[in-house]
Parts: sequence; structure tokens; C-alpha cells
Amino acid sequence: MLKIKNLHATVEDKDILKGINLDVKPGEVHAIMGPNGSGKSTLASVVAGKDEFEITNGEVLLEGEDISELDPEERAHKGIFLSFQYPVEIPGVSVTNFIKTAINETRKSKGLKDMPAGEMLKLIKEKADMLEIDRKFLSRSLNEGFSGGEKKRNEIFQMAMMEPKLAILDETDSGLDIDALKIVANGVNKLKNDDNAVIVITHYQRLLDYIVPDYVHVLMDGKIVKSGSKELAYELEEKGYDWIKEELV
Amino acid sequence: MSLKDKLLSSYIAFEDYLEDDSPIHDLRSDAIKTFENQGFPTKKEEAWKYTSLNSILKEDYSLFPKKDNDIQLKDVKRYFLHEIDTYKIVFVDGIYNSFLSETTHDKADVCLLSSALSKDKYKPIVETYFNKVAKNNSLTSLNTAFAKEGAYISIPKHVELDKPIEIINFATGNETAILLQPRNLVVVGENAQVQIIERHQSLSDNAVLTNSVTEIFAEKRAHVDFYKIQNDRSSASLIDHTYANQERDSIVKVHTFSFGGKLTRNNLNFYQNGEHCDSVLNGITILEKKQHVDHNTLVHHISPNCESHQDYKGIFDDSSTGVFNGKVYVEKEAQKIDAFQKNNNILISDKATINAKPQLEIFADDVKCSHGCTIGQLDEDAMFYMRSRGIGQKEARALLMYAFANNVLEGVKIPELKRRVNKLIAQKIGVNLGFDL
Ligand SMILES: Nc1ncnc2c1ncn2[C@@H]1O[C@H](COP(=O)(O)OP(=O)(O)OP(=O)(O)O)[C@@H](O)[C@H]1O
Ligand SMILES: [Mg+2]
Repeated sequence: MLKIKNLHATVEDKDILKGINLDVKPGEVHAIMGPNGSGKSTLASVVAGKDEFEITNGEVLLEGEDISELDPEERAHKGIFLSFQYPVEIPGVSVTNFIKTAINETRKSKGLKDMPAGEMLKLIKEKADMLEIDRKFLSRSLNEGFSGGEKKRNEIFQMAMMEPKLAILDETDSGLDIDALKIVANGVNKLKNDDNAVIVITHYQRLLDYIVPDYVHVLMDGKIVKSGSKELAYELEEKGYDWIKEELV
Repeated sequence: MSLKDKLLSSYIAFEDYLEDDSPIHDLRSDAIKTFENQGFPTKKEEAWKYTSLNSILKEDYSLFPKKDNDIQLKDVKRYFLHEIDTYKIVFVDGIYNSFLSETTHDKADVCLLSSALSKDKYKPIVETYFNKVAKNNSLTSLNTAFAKEGAYISIPKHVELDKPIEIINFATGNETAILLQPRNLVVVGENAQVQIIERHQSLSDNAVLTNSVTEIFAEKRAHVDFYKIQNDRSSASLIDHTYANQERDSIVKVHTFSFGGKLTRNNLNFYQNGEHCDSVLNGITILEKKQHVDHNTLVHHISPNCESHQDYKGIFDDSSTGVFNGKVYVEKEAQKIDAFQKNNNILISDKATINAKPQLEIFADDVKCSHGCTIGQLDEDAMFYMRSRGIGQKEARALLMYAFANNVLEGVKIPELKRRVNKLIAQKIGVNLGFDL
């Protein structure tokens, strides 16, 4: 599904990613953990196509195709979805209108007509119900004045609507209360199947109790320095990152 | 002959042709003297520093067009708010067109300034209000000197007019260049309400210069909503003066949508003469190519406990230029004023420019005045967010621009008009989003 080979990326001449290798196969869940500022969100943004970051070396392959030259919208059309660590507020555009536009633009890229209004409404209702989102919420301006948790839940709502092949969830758990965490994780699990894949970026092992990873990777200073099974997450929760640093020297 | 000389010599002929018992005869002769002394404003004047009239004054404008400039409804229907029933006062090349108009004398007078100026029964109102709030600057004086036609709207007290009024000034292009000087008088009585939509529309690529003056008098508790749609062709220029005189508890709102035209100058002057007045001045400006729009506003707080809200949004592409010069003047007696002014701009092209100059002159000590001015590009993080959801760059830009202008549209109280303006914005930005915001 997603293959990242020796990826180096810079912003304003500063090296952030320093040789990342990652192989995510269909049906898998990968977790990426790591200290603040280690480059997790940068990796997510680079995969999603943020042009602020410059890829100086390596490649990003989606189903075998190099996507590193594609625009963010083209990557989205190919099935990449990034749930933002800090979702952006767009005053004046309602959640519903935004997601309608996103879906129809994606359909257009595939030569499909707009989704019929009735079908769209049904889909919106279904996904909103699944994530226990109040319908009134959907007519509010996107992310404007949303609480931290509401923003995250809304990201997963959009993911559920778009049904991506590869979803990258960047700290979706931060800001969610315990009940919301379960609802959101449950939503993600329902969308999960053998043909798609999820990368979860998180600081806390708790999310991984609900969204169970096949692999856990530790990202430090722009490199994946350790990979393991979900037990690695418990170890990190308990011991922090110092022992890995020590291992490295 | 310069345009000024041409105007001065035409005035003599014009005066001969008018009856001398006109109630505004003396005003006219004073006004032409003012214009003669001051001439057209130049960039040397502070208020005109960023707007030069030179290029538009070079044309050889006809001052008194031919009378038979008929146009067909089907050709101009789209300029009307035809989805709903409205009163209409329509001028074609400055001359009243009764066929396209729909006036009334039932509960209120929605008719012509020319008849108000000539009929005895309107004399008291004309004498009380005409030219009483307009200032004697050169261009307003020029308009006053030649004032002859325009809309006359008089709403008696307690009347809430049943439908909006459209004032439309068409220019046919039958003359190679034409100067139009409409003069509107709007008197809204105590506790009365009215909604007015004004539009200047050229129908050809011949040059048009409009020097328009509108006086609005809002009596106690009156409520006036005034919408200006400026979406003219790139051969048409507009200098628009709007003077609003407010008595206590009145609300006057002027919304200006500037999307078209070559050069547009909006002078908005508000005077609050009683307590608890509210003045609202909103604008959305979306320009491209070499278009130029200059918003020059003044809110004069004379009485205490009043409010004013100014919110101007601008989006500038190509080498378009914008000016926002917003002045708030608070007299010593005008305590407990809440004056709010905001001017936000987005420059899409690095050749576009905006000159923004807020001016606060406050002589009272217990007031709340805020002003904010921003000039920026479209938010890159928001762009990436939308694009990462599959929304193409062009649509994402459009969505952001909509979102940017949106809160100003919220003040539009006529749903059909709101939809229309929405559509104009979509056209202007070059996309169709398939939904209204
Ligand atoms: N636009 C930018 N300009 C300069 N530095 C940047 C920019 N974006 C990211 N960085 C830097 O890159 C490094 C990695 O940031 P990133 O956001 O990827 O960290 P992270 O691992 O997601 O951290 P956190 O756990 O706090 O979310 C940080 O040092 C950050 O300051
Ligand atoms: Mg991060």
C-alpha cells in the first residue's frame, strides 16, 4: 500500500526527516510514536503533499506509484487521508458543504457525476450517527469554535465519509475524552478492512488498546529508530524514550 | 476644452432652460460656483491621494444625452431582482424610463426627483431636506448644480414599505461617452422602514462616468437598508456620494458590493444627531485586472450612546488597487460611543495593492473605539487542509475567499439579493460551487 524509502525532507533548509523507511501493507495498522518535535507530523504532511516541505531524497510510493510529485488533492483522490493534529478553522463554510465539496471533487477526478443529494444526505446521517455527532453540529462553520475533541471527532467523520485507502491519524486521541475516544476508535475500526490501512500517530498507549496496531515504530530525530509489536507501546508508556536513546549510543 | 470648462459653459445653457422658480435655483448657482473654484479633485488632496481621476476626465463626455434611448426589458431583465416584486425607478442615460419603472404614491412616495422638484405638494419636503446633509465639496457641488433627475423616496412615519425599491441607472452607449449625475433624495419618517437596492449599469463598452449623490434622512427610529451593487463594465467609472443624516434610535446600513467598473470611488458620510443611533457600513470588494476601488468613509458621532460598525473586506487580483480610508470622528459631547472599524484584505497577486488608512479622531473620553486592518495572502494551512481533502486548488481558493467575505453577506436581509450577490462572487472568483454559503 504505502512504501517509504529513505525519505529525507527539509523545511527552510532545516533537515527534519533524515531517512525514513516504512512499509505498510493492505489490512495493516501501524502506530508511530516518538518525542515532541521528532518529525511525526512532518512525515504525515509530506505523505499528504504539503509543499512547504521539500523532499531532498528518497521516495514515497502508493500502490507502487511514486506520488511525491503529486498535488495534495491528487493524493487525496488516490485515497490518502490525513486527520490533522490541528484541524484548521474555515469560518463561513459548513461541515456539510465542505464534505459535500470534498466528495464531489474526488468523484469528479474519477470521471463520476456528483453524488445525488439524497444519497449524500443518507451517507452523512449514517456516518454522523456512527460517530454520535449531532446533526446541528454539521451546519456549523467547519472547526470554527469547535472544542478540541469536537475537531478530532469531525476529522474522523470526514474520514468515514471519504473512505480512504490509507488514513493517517495524527494525534486524533489528544483532546478526546474517554467516551469520545471509544466512539472514535470504534468508528475507525468499523472502517477498517483488508484492503485499507491506517497509520496512527500517538503519544499514548491507551488509543492502541482500541485501535490495535500490527506494528509500532519509534520516530526520533527524523528517523525510525525502533520497530516492534504492540508490546513496544507498553514499554514506551512505562519507560519513556531515554532507554532507546541509550540503546542507540 | 477641458471637462471643467465644458461643464461650466453648459451650465449657463442648462440654467436658461430650467424655470427660475425652482426651489433649488439658488442652491444650484452656489454649487456651480463652488465647483468652479475647486475644480476636480487631484491627488494633491489628502482624501484623493490614492485615486487619480486624470485618465477618466480625458474623455469627451456628452452632458445632455438624446431623449430616445429606448431599451428592451428582455435585454436588461437580468439586472433587476426579478425573482421578487419590487418598486423600480429606472433611468436610461439619465432619463426616466416609465416603461421599466414601477413607482407608487400609495402609502409612500417612490417616484422621481424631477417631479418632486416641480410640484408644489413636495415643496415642504424638498425645502426641508434637499442638499441639507450633502457637503459642499467640488464633486457633490457639481452634482447639485446639475441636479435634475434621480429617485425621490419619501416614507411617511410608521410605514414599513411592503417591498424593496430598486434604483437602476442604465447607460446605453448611444453616445461615445456620457457623464451621468443622478441625484437621489431618501426621507424615511419616524419609525418607518425601507430597503433600497441601487445599481449603475452600462450596456456597452463606451465610456461612462457617473457622479452620483444620494441623501438619506432617517428620522427617529427609522430603519434604512441600502445596498449598492457595483458590478459595471470595465469602461464605466463611478463616483458615488452617500450622505446619511440620522436622528435618535435610527439605524442606517449601507452595504457596498464592488466587483466591477474601471474606477469606483465611494464616499460615505454618516452623521448621528440623536442618541442610540446605529450606523452600519459594510463592503465586499473583489477586483481584478486594473480595476480600482476607493472606499472613503466618515462616521461623525455627534450624540452620546451611539454605535457604528464598519466592516470592509477586499480581495485583489492582478494589478488591481484598493483604498480604504475610514474616518471616525467622535465629538466631545458624544460619550459612550461604540465605534468599530475593520478592514481585511487579501492580495492574490503580488502586483495588486491596497492602501488602508484608518483615522480616529476622538474628543470624548468615555468611548469604545476599535479598528483593525489586515493585509494578507490566503491562509496556506487552510489551503493545504482543504486540498488534502481532495478539493482542487482553484475551488479551495474560492471556498476560502467566500469564507472570507461571508460574514459581510450575512447582513443582507433580502434572501434573493443575497443569492444574487453570492452568484456574482462565484462568477468573479471563477467557480461554481453548487451551493450557497
Ligand atoms: N514550517 C516549519 N518551519 C520550521 N520548522 C518546522 C516547521 N514545521 C515543523 N518544523 C520543525 O520540525 C520538527 C518536527 O516537527 P513535527 O511537527 O513533525 O513534530 P512532531 O513529532 O509531530 O511533534 P509533536 O509530538 O509535538 O506533535 C520540529 O522541530 C518543528 O519545530
Ligand atoms: Mg505532531
